[in-house]
Amino acid sequence: MTSPPQGSTPLIETRGLSKSFGGVHALENVAVSLAPGEVLGLLGHNGAGKSTLIKMLSGAYIADAGQILMNGQEVRLTSPRTAQRLGIETIYQNLALADNLDVASNIFLGRELLRGGVLDEDSMELEARKVLDRLKVNLPDLKKPVFNLSGGQRQCIAISRAIYFKAKVLIMDEPTAALGPQETEQVNALIRSLKQEGVGIFLISHDLHDVFDLADRVTVMKNGRVVGSARTDAVTQDEVLEMIIAGKVPGHLSPSAAPLN
Amino acid sequence: MTRLNNDPQHGPPTGPPTGLSGPAAPASVLAQLNLNGRLVFMVLAIAGIWLAFHLLTQGTFMTSRNLWNLSVQTASVGVMVSGMVLIIVMRNIDLSIGSILGFTGMAMAVINTRIFPQDTWWGAVLTLLLGLALGTLVGVIQGTWVATLGVPSFIVTLGGLLMFRGGAWLLTSGQTVAPLSESFQVLGGGLNGSIGGPWSWAVGGLLMAALLWTDLRTYQQRARRGLPNRSVPVQALFTGGSLLLVLGFILVMNGYADPRSGLPRGIPVPVLIMLAVTAVMMWVVRATRFGRYVFAYGGNPEAARLAGINTQQLTIVVFGLMGLLAALAGAIQTARLNAGTNSTGTLAELSVIAAAVIGGTSLAGGTGSIPGAFLGAVLMASLINGMLLLDLPSAWQNVVQGLVLMLAVTLDVVMQKRRAK
Ligand SMILES: Nc1ncnc2c1ncn2[C@@H]1O[C@H](COP(=O)(O)OP(=O)(O)O)[C@@H](O)[C@H]1O
Ligand SMILES: [Mg+2]
Repeated sequence: MTSPPQGSTPLIETRGLSKSFGGVHALENVAVSLAPGEVLGLLGHNGAGKSTLIKMLSGAYIADAGQILMNGQEVRLTSPRTAQRLGIETIYQNLALADNLDVASNIFLGRELLRGGVLDEDSMELEARKVLDRLKVNLPDLKKPVFNLSGGQRQCIAISRAIYFKAKVLIMDEPTAALGPQETEQVNALIRSLKQEGVGIFLISHDLHDVFDLADRVTVMKNGRVVGSARTDAVTQDEVLEMIIAGKVPGHLSPSAAPLN
Repeated sequence: MTRLNNDPQHGPPTGPPTGLSGPAAPASVLAQLNLNGRLVFMVLAIAGIWLAFHLLTQGTFMTSRNLWNLSVQTASVGVMVSGMVLIIVMRNIDLSIGSILGFTGMAMAVINTRIFPQDTWWGAVLTLLLGLALGTLVGVIQGTWVATLGVPSFIVTLGGLLMFRGGAWLLTSGQTVAPLSESFQVLGGGLNGSIGGPWSWAVGGLLMAALLWTDLRTYQQRARRGLPNRSVPVQALFTGGSLLLVLGFILVMNGYADPRSGLPRGIPVPVLIMLAVTAVMMWVVRATRFGRYVFAYGGNPEAARLAGINTQQLTIVVFGLMGLLAALAGAIQTARLNAGTNSTGTLAELSVIAAAVIGGTSLAGGTGSIPGAFLGAVLMASLINGMLLLDLPSAWQNVVQGLVLMLAVTLDVVMQKRRAK
């Protein structure tokens, strides 16, 4: 089990991140960090601010205040494209695929391969096939619109997109919420192999069991604030559940388990 | 000219799923054809309509002369409908195009008669360019309004419908402007508005060569890279079919002789423009990022935005393109009338929307095809042409058009329900 060694620079970290919508403080003074090859479970009730946090990390929202650092350098994630260029890829809760486009078009959406200024469909189909094969995702026809694919297949397409573009940081917002048990296991296996390759992963999930299975650390949020962080090998699921519900760190846990608070 | 490839929305002609080559049962030959059901259905519907009118008119409908006329009558809607497909695919609507057509047509009539009083080819070209620029500008303004202020396009373009119709009147205080220069009239397909026999053959030959070359090259490249292809006989059927379609079209256009000289008229200029616009728009949808993004936005606006697509700019460009095409149709209609009138193009928006919808464009967004919409335009124009030949009162034209529109959409809804089961 790895956690960021004290003193080394994390792959990505936030400091004092805040965001409000109208009068609602969706995020207040949030600090999280992630090391290469680490899986961080982000936990909290609905409305805790998890999605807002990761939307800022993926460039979809801009923070009202605070910093985002990659490898110790401050970065300004002003658009999804900027974040993608820095190697931050996001898999959204609501399965952000264009249903009417085919598999290859979805994988390359926004970053199409061109030849002479014109879409290079054949290369995209070939490359899509390669990355899907690598992830052992079995889809017979890459030229069919994705709307009649299963939730698991669609999620795998979203993940292949992140893999193809060499994600350094992968953000997954409830990637298995819409999936059946078998499909969930398929996605979880993918997460493990990406971790092996040194990708840092933010994993938002309501399934504590899965989180404990996959994550090195968990960070719990409530009402837009970070309650605390802990290594999964140092806490029990019940203790984490208590953090989620009560919104405070159980007394016996050492503050060092939450290194950045 | 449209081809019955699979999936007209995007992607080059591609084959069925892997592993379908080799000896095939009849059922899988059909599957291999991988035809777009709607396009086939529309071609059959048009064939049925043509046959019915041919019988009803005692053999007048399917003569070169009438088909030539029909092609000219299709041009105005045919030019605009591909733009409307993109608008509707992006979950918008443009109700102003009939008025933009009238407004820019009137503006071009004024420019042509008052600013370039002599009949010169460059005067006509400049008139056209200024008119197109005006149409684009108007479209961009409406698009900007929709994209940046978030006002629904229905409202913005409803306002445009009223404003530009009024503007067409205000340009000349309601006076009709005529006649236009002979060079400009060429755009309407009138007396000198066709390209003649030899040029028509040249265009047809070039088109056939291009079709053959593209199909061969696509086939070879996909084969070389190990991507699935159609089996050879099926591909030959497709390519041969497209070539025959072009050949037939040229024969019909050249079959109608000019009564003065007895020489074949050939392809009318407005029809050439319509075909060029359709071809370019098919290419845009299939081969460019812009086309891909329009469909991505229509399928899932949020996904498009999160993929880093500039969706505001996309909306503005699509409305600008629509304005450009409306102005092009304005030039065609004004040239054909040989007059600028403030009522030109009234209700054209409805014919165009109807043609797009009949051609398979869904108002829910994300679905639509340029060849389908083109066939929709041909279908509607055929109905009107046939009813004119039968001397039916023009009120019937509206009744029938309305009915066909409702039937087409009903069919869609029923089919979708069945597919969902
Ligand atoms: N676009 C938005 N506009 C207004 N309020 C929002 C928006 N997005 C999130 N919020 C609010 O911010 C808070 C945090 O929401 P969210 O980040 O979605 O939580 P989670 O993903 O943890 O369930 C909630 O109170 C939610 O209502
Ligand atoms: Mg959420």
